[in-house]
Formats: sequence, structure tokens, C-alpha cells
Amino acid sequence: MADSFESLSKAYGLLYIIRSCEQYIADGRENGLVHGPVHLGIGQEAVAVGVSASLRNSDFVFGNHRSHGHLLALDPDPFRLFSEVLARSSGFSRGSGGSMHLTSPQTGFHGSVPIVAATIPLAVGAALRNKLVNSSDIAVAYFGDGATEEGIFHESLNLASTLSLPVLFVLENNFYSSHLHISQRQPDLPMTRYADAHGIKYRSVNGNDYMNVKDVSSRLISHMRSSPHPVLLECQTYRWLGHVDWRSDVDVGVTRSKYELAQWKSRDCISHLKSFIQTCWPESMSSLVSLENQIKSDVNDAWHRALSSPTPDISTLLAHTYYSN
Amino acid sequence: MQDSTYSDAIRLAFDYLLSNHPDVFVIGQGLWSPWYVGNTMTNLEILYGTDRLIDTPVSEAAVTAAAIGASIAGMRPIVVHPRMDFMLYAFDPIINQAAKWSQIFSSQSKAPLTIRAIINRRGEQGAQHSQSLYHMFASVPGLRVVFPTTPQDAFDFLISSVLSDDPVIYVDDRSLYEEASYLNTIPTVHNLVSLGPKLTTSGLDLTVVTIGRGRVVTREALLKCPEISADTIDLRVLSPCNYEIIYSSVACHSPQIHLKSPPVKYHLPHSAAPTSSTLEDAYYLNSSQLASIMKSLFSL
Repeated sequence: MADSFESLSKAYGLLYIIRSCEQYIADGRENGLVHGPVHLGIGQEAVAVGVSASLRNSDFVFGNHRSHGHLLALDPDPFRLFSEVLARSSGFSRGSGGSMHLTSPQTGFHGSVPIVAATIPLAVGAALRNKLVNSSDIAVAYFGDGATEEGIFHESLNLASTLSLPVLFVLENNFYSSHLHISQRQPDLPMTRYADAHGIKYRSVNGNDYMNVKDVSSRLISHMRSSPHPVLLECQTYRWLGHVDWRSDVDVGVTRSKYELAQWKSRDCISHLKSFIQTCWPESMSSLVSLENQIKSDVNDAWHRALSSPTPDISTLLAHTYYSN
Repeated sequence: MQDSTYSDAIRLAFDYLLSNHPDVFVIGQGLWSPWYVGNTMTNLEILYGTDRLIDTPVSEAAVTAAAIGASIAGMRPIVVHPRMDFMLYAFDPIINQAAKWSQIFSSQSKAPLTIRAIINRRGEQGAQHSQSLYHMFASVPGLRVVFPTTPQDAFDFLISSVLSDDPVIYVDDRSLYEEASYLNTIPTVHNLVSLGPKLTTSGLDLTVVTIGRGRVVTREALLKCPEISADTIDLRVLSPCNYEIIYSSVACHSPQIHLKSPPVKYHLPHSAAPTSSTLEDAYYLNSSQLASIMKSLFSL
């Protein structure tokens, strides 16, 4: 089915919100307003927005250390994201989590954590719940290429395959784990081999192409809902910034090639979608520009409100160690 | 009235939970083989189906973490680790995820799973099949750690652990499976938060605080020194621990011994479990040794 202008401009708006928010966070980190480390996904936005187009609030989505986009694609609330990154009580995790521990259970985002590969088995467990209660909800785990080097990734794929669980493993292959290129860490073989090894269906897509991610994941998810099974979706993409914080080409002592960076920037997911919309609906460009302006204004306002929001009360220090008191 | 054993009590608690709580399921290695878990789970997979009693691949980390994920998604899973030693593969998801889940999201989400950690002792099974690692889990904020030692506690604590909204490590010790006493099988669903150490005998001379099998060893030791009467306190809930009952007992006895003697610890030697049964005899706590220690406190 052809995409409507409305659905594409909605996706464009989400890409634009995520990019804008992360740029504010990068700047805030550089000038010292953000105190904790931030892992930014500028350049990778189309993966989360593409996958989330087929998700619903009752699904169970889990992220990783680089999850601002995963969360905003489901719950585009810059104020709560900024508040959390600044560790304020108005944040998504009420100031307990910071950038690396985000949650929005009402929209299906059930948590991101920085331990590499940690949420992959959690998503398998959420999918087990879906199967046990005969629900057509699915579970989603976002993780990077580095996570495929953890043992628990392989256990999780085997478990999900053996139990036929509806979990979508979204492998965001940005070719780097922290400072090491994938060629320094793995043999030169397709990442989908891991799915093959466990009898799991897989697809590989251009993670910088919103429509490619959305079309393929939409079909996969639709099948998973009617007949529970796991799927591995590899999205090839690239982060414009380093592993952590705001710098673009220097990362934990390693200099990435400026050529490589420029090459990937020329495949920007936002420009790509914008020019597609422009080609199909040339008369609608003014509405896209006003959408951009509205987002810029909203994000700027959210940033300043978050900066003046209170930090958590000292009395909450021991309030959440246990859920039941 | 017939007494029930500790292992019967565990099985009855599983039976109660599975028949009354559709959100409970059990997952772990060996669940379809009674060989792994004594008679504590006999035929449960036949009664409740292999969808709810899931025997798994050899993947402690993924299975435990998947149970954590299912608990986040609204279930009340019970993970069974037939030997606590192998549970170390799952240390990361237990400590980094389950224990932290409530706190990192300000109680907007919870991970209410129960991990049944079984201790083996003796049988020449050696250093990697005989560890009691409850203390490691008890040192982690966010986990509740319980170690029942009587059939009634085995029954009540399993139910209250599974119905707790926090991750609970439920430790049981195979050497207690034949302990028998009267068992009330009408669950008085306790709130785990309200449970704590229990005074099991009262006496005038000293306070003995026990963990796990220590209660049985102390009971036998006291029979060997009838001239001494003791408060014995079974710690039961190792974390978070409520020390009040211990403080008040010690306060009663301090005029007799506390000022004369620092607290005495009687525990396993600082060594891994040996393999040879001769060494095992020397390694594990025994009531004669404990009786001599208690007598020495009173210069008896």
C-alpha cells in the first residue's frame, strides 16, 4: 500500500524531533549542562521510526545505551527526555535513570539499560509472556553489532527459536562497538548468519532509509502477530558522533576516517525522506517547513523548561530500591 | 496428624501457586526430570502442562533474564536453578537488571520474579556443586533473599516470595528436604515485607542466630548441653534483614555473657567444599563442635 502524505510527514516529524533533541543534548553535554555520559544516535533515527510505525502500546520494546530515538519514536516528548538526561524528577524515569535508563511503559517502551545485550533476553521473556497469555503483542529488542559478541545474545536466539516466541531482534549495525570497527572484531560474514544458525527468519535492510525499514518490519511484524515466531532484522546504519558524547570524528582515542563519515552523511535518512516527499508532493513543502519550525520551537521550549525543573527530592534515595515497601 | 516434609511443603506451595495464579509459570533446567529437584516438583508438568513448567536449553543466563523480562511484562515467573553454582552464569541479569529495575525507573516498573536457588551439600560433589552463595545475593540492594528451614516456612515463603512485587532469591537446601513437622496448607498469604527472623526457642543464657541448616545443627547441639538454655533465632529473611528481634534477645542476655565475650561465629571454614567424604565430615558444621563452643562460653 502506498504511503500517504500524512503518514510520511508524521515519520518525518519524528525523525526531526529525535535529531533536534539529540543535537540539544550533544550541545548540553559539550557546555557542561548535561552531567552524565550520553550515547547519541544522530544518523540512525530511521531505524526506530521505521520499526515503531508498526508497533502498538501493548507491545514490549526494550532499548540499550543508545535509546533516545527508540523512546522518542514511541513517545515523542522532548521535555521528559531532556528532564531525564538532566536527571530531573520530571523525566521519563522520574530522574532515577538519566540518559542510559529510560522507560515509558504506557507507550510500550519498557526500559533501556547500558549493559551490552542485557535487554535481548528481557525481550525474549516479554515475548514468552505474550505467548503464555495468547496475546498477539510482540516484543522488540534494539541492540548494536557489539551486542552480537555477547554470549547471552546467542542463548537468547536459541531460546526464542526453541519456544517460538514473537520477538523482533533489531540489530542496528553501525559498524562500531565503542572504538573498534567490526572488521577488528568479527570475520567478514553477514550478521544474519546468527539467525541462520538458530533457524530464525531474518532480513537485512538499509537502516538509513525510513521506508525500507518500515515496509520490511511492517510485513515481518504482521506475520509475527498472527503466528508467533522470532525474527532478526539487521538495519545497516552509521552514527555521526562518537560512541559517547558530542564529538564527531574522535572516539575514545580512535580517529574515524573523515571520508567514511562524509560518505554516510551523504546518505542522511532525514534528507532522504524529505526529498522523497518533495518529489511526490511538491505542493506540500511549505507544510513540511512549518512542521520543522514548530518542532524547533517546541524542542527549544522543552530544553529550557527541563533546565529549570527540580532534581529528585533527597527523600527518594531509598524510595525505589524495592518496589514494595 | 501426619507431619509433612520440607520437600512436600515446597511441592504443595508450587501446586497452590500454579492452581490459583495464572500469571505464575516455572522455568529452569531439569523441571521434567525429578532427578534434578528431588520430589519437590514431582508431576507438576503433568498437572499444569509443559507450557507452564518449561524445561530449558542449557542457558542459565538467558533463561533467568527471560524470566526477568516476563516479570517486567506482568508475569510472576519462578526460575529454578537446581544447583546454585550454575546460577553464577545468571549473576549479571539478576544483579544488573532484576535488582535495579524498580529503582532506575522510580518504581514505574517492577520485576517480580522468584529465583529458587538450591544448595547441595556432601555426596563428594566437590567445590562446584556444593556452594551456599546466599550471602552474595543478600549483599545486593533490591533483591530480597529468603532461606526457609522448616516445612511451614518453605511453604509460606515460596508463596509470599512469588506474590511479592520484588525479585526474590528463595534459597533451599537439599539437606533439609526430610525435615518434617506439622504443616498448615491453608495459605495465610504473608506479605514478604512483614516477615523476618523468628524466635524458635527461648532460653535464659544466650542468643544463637542461625541461617539455613544452622538451625538444625543448633537444635542438636542444645540437646547435648542441657545445662544451657538459649534463644535461637532463625534469620529466615536474609535481606533486607530486620535485626530487632536479635537486638532485644541479646539485650536480655548481655548481662550474662555479652560483656565477657564477643559474639562467636561458627561457620564453614574459609575453603571451598572438599570432595572426599572424610574432609566433608570435617568441613560441615556439626552439633558436637557447636555444643563445645557454647559450653566454653560459660566455662562449662
